[in-house]
Amino acid sequence: MAAPILNTRDLEFMLYELFDAEGMTQRPRYADHSRETFTAAMDTSRAVAEKYMLPIRQKVDTNEPTFDGKNVHMLPEIKTAVQAVIDSGLSSMTADYELGGMQMPLIAANATGAYLSAAGSTMMGYTGLTNANCNLIEAHGTQAQIDKWVAPMREGRFAGTMAMTEPGAGSGLADLTTSAVPQEDGTYRVSGNKIFISGGDHELNENIVHLVLARVKGAPKGVKGISLFIVPKFLVNEDGSLGERNDVWLAGLFHKMGGRGQTSCALSFGEKEGAVAYLVGEENQGLRYMFHMMNEARIMVGTAAAVTALTGYQYSLDYAKERPQGRLASCKDPHSAPVNIIKHPDVRRMLLAQKAYSEGAYALCLLGAQLADDERTAPTEEERKQAHLLLDFLTPIIKSWPSEYGPRANSLAIQVMGGHGYINEHPVEMFYRDNRLNPIHEGTYGVQSLDLLARKVPMGGMAGYQACLAEMEKTINEASTDAAVAGFAKELTEAIQTLKSTTEVLLGAMAEKNIDLALANSVKYLELFGNVVVAWIWLKQGIVASKALAGNPHEDDQKFYKGKLQALKYFYRFELPEINVWSKILCDLDDTTYEMQEEWF
Amino acid sequence: MKILVAVKRVVDYNVKVRPKSDGTDVDIANAKMSINPFCEIAVEEAVRLKEKGVATEIVAVSMGPKQSQEQIRTAMALGADRGILVESDDALEPLAVAKCLKAIIANESPDLVIMGKQSIDGDNNQTGQMLGALTSMPQGTFASEVEIADGKAKVTREIDGGLQTVELTLPAIVTTDLRLNEPRYASLPNIMKAKKKPLDTTTPADLGVDTAPRVQTLKVEPPAERQAGIKVADVAELVDKLKNEAKVIS
Repeated sequence: MAAPILNTRDLEFMLYELFDAEGMTQRPRYADHSRETFTAAMDTSRAVAEKYMLPIRQKVDTNEPTFDGKNVHMLPEIKTAVQAVIDSGLSSMTADYELGGMQMPLIAANATGAYLSAAGSTMMGYTGLTNANCNLIEAHGTQAQIDKWVAPMREGRFAGTMAMTEPGAGSGLADLTTSAVPQEDGTYRVSGNKIFISGGDHELNENIVHLVLARVKGAPKGVKGISLFIVPKFLVNEDGSLGERNDVWLAGLFHKMGGRGQTSCALSFGEKEGAVAYLVGEENQGLRYMFHMMNEARIMVGTAAAVTALTGYQYSLDYAKERPQGRLASCKDPHSAPVNIIKHPDVRRMLLAQKAYSEGAYALCLLGAQLADDERTAPTEEERKQAHLLLDFLTPIIKSWPSEYGPRANSLAIQVMGGHGYINEHPVEMFYRDNRLNPIHEGTYGVQSLDLLARKVPMGGMAGYQACLAEMEKTINEASTDAAVAGFAKELTEAIQTLKSTTEVLLGAMAEKNIDLALANSVKYLELFGNVVVAWIWLKQGIVASKALAGNPHEDDQKFYKGKLQALKYFYRFELPEINVWSKILCDLDDTTYEMQEEWF
Repeated sequence: MKILVAVKRVVDYNVKVRPKSDGTDVDIANAKMSINPFCEIAVEEAVRLKEKGVATEIVAVSMGPKQSQEQIRTAMALGADRGILVESDDALEPLAVAKCLKAIIANESPDLVIMGKQSIDGDNNQTGQMLGALTSMPQGTFASEVEIADGKAKVTREIDGGLQTVELTLPAIVTTDLRLNEPRYASLPNIMKAKKKPLDTTTPADLGVDTAPRVQTLKVEPPAERQAGIKVADVAELVDKLKNEAKVIS
């Protein structure tokens, strides 16, 4: 039997046992939903994934989109698959009913979309970005803009992008130069070059709505002078019909290492008289609005990384159970049959590591999704505020930990399969290439570490940091009363102690000493914090598994829960202790990298 | 034209079932349950007839535990207009199901009944035929094509060695074979709409049906494991074994 795209039992564990997706249906916004509708949506998603995406997964990877100087060409099957996603309602699961959505809680939508992401890999980027684009305009645009742009995007007629990066301004957005000139009719004319625009051009949809960061003439330097504009590929008439072609052109496609389901474009705005643009919100507030989309996109990135890790794990697990090779050291008989490779402890180590990384990462993303739900729909203002605080704080970790450990998991999937993992007869090498983007886009690993240490930790009198520690504390208290997991609770307490003392040293150094030196090892701080958070997530899973086991469940469930406890143990034995090395480097304000000179390389 | 579609809640086709350790039954305590694949084909056929303008109403019926509502909802998400659950926690045998259906037919007077040729759990392949006998309605079993015109159903049947086409006067019963159609999946908006469609519940007792089992299960055990092969020295030995051990040639 072929490997499942994802382990449905595990998704159900996370949704209904670890988190309370069903509890969401108590809230007015989600009142029409029930576990039954979530299950039905997941069944549909799996059906679409298996029918339209799995069969073309490799073809999409080996036939990247091409550009003939005028138009983009891609496999026609991609349009069929994307259209199937749109037609089945999977492209706007969380949107309002009035806008053609299904008003699903984000946590349930996340798990539903996971099948598509796992099977179609990066083809889902088109609808994913379109969704995020809609959410931004809904939050910050005028009603007229929502009617004009969001409605056709929700219907799947238009697609959306975010256009930020420029040849000279990637991670350093402050230096972007695309300009916008106000016109008498209230519109603007935008000129400039953007690169790495995912879904920047294609013919899957009638029109493409770019959200473009640009500088209005005379705006202040730096991030304070950035505004956000809607720039469509085709202008849209008052009656909603397509008008003239706007002055935005595809300059070329990038040839990517992976992620070939989605075009990555160089776009040229205003080669003629300037691209017609409509301001979103107020001038010079663009970056703030864009972060609305960015924060969502960051959780999307973490989720994509975690899901790609999950599916690679399932694939290599299936292979390891069926591939006979070699004998155990204890077996001296050359006439005996070779064992399946899963019988070798080192293969189990690699599978267990994948399980710990991928299930830990995905549970973290679902926590993020639940917090995003709470932020919007929790019953009290206080709960909503608290959820916002915690989500905002955790965002760099939700983005980064899965995108660092996801590719590691995929690398191990290749390793489990040996030479067969390295060739394209199996998809694990593609998973690795696809996943390798995730620590790069929507804020690199390094950028995230600076966001965490220099911004999120000190922000608001360390309110987010404290809220995060308080949540972990609650889990520790719960775990302490259960002998099966109390030992791990104690280890997590010690790890948090290490985190606290390291944070104190670093914040002190940032305030009193050379800030560049204090931040030089910020990535190690991100890893330290990330490992503590994922250790917490695993402890949460362990508590649930241990409780469930005490109820003497069905034999299959017993195995499932024991697997959870073993992965918990793996994480605490093999992964968590690494924080001690990192903590020492950080607390010493180690200057090895800081002092290294350009000329010494 | 009104179509009645029967749907059954069964263990999902992906699940590998095992006998219980005491051999009394199959262990499905924890298994994922789904709509029986042949029933799904029946629903699809009914929906297509409605889309063609042949049918005006589709009623989905199921007999089984309360949770069978889920399968009726699935049928409604695929396009059925309303549902009826005949709720019973007993293990319902084909005869009991056919009797329940007969009672429902008496109430609903459908022009066409479409049902799966068999369910993948019991594998009996009896209910449709029994229903035909009980109601004296004409039946077209193992359908791979159905055409409705002028008060008649032309049903192409998959039979041994070929296809047979029969013409039935409506009201009639059709049981579906695998190649009749490829069922759709439910779109998300339709899943939500299904929740608002009416679903009535009744019981075998209300319908005056005795569901007492007629068949007793003595024992459930897994099939014997396949034995390892052996190497034969020469062709003569192979022929000998085929003749005398396997007894496949004479």
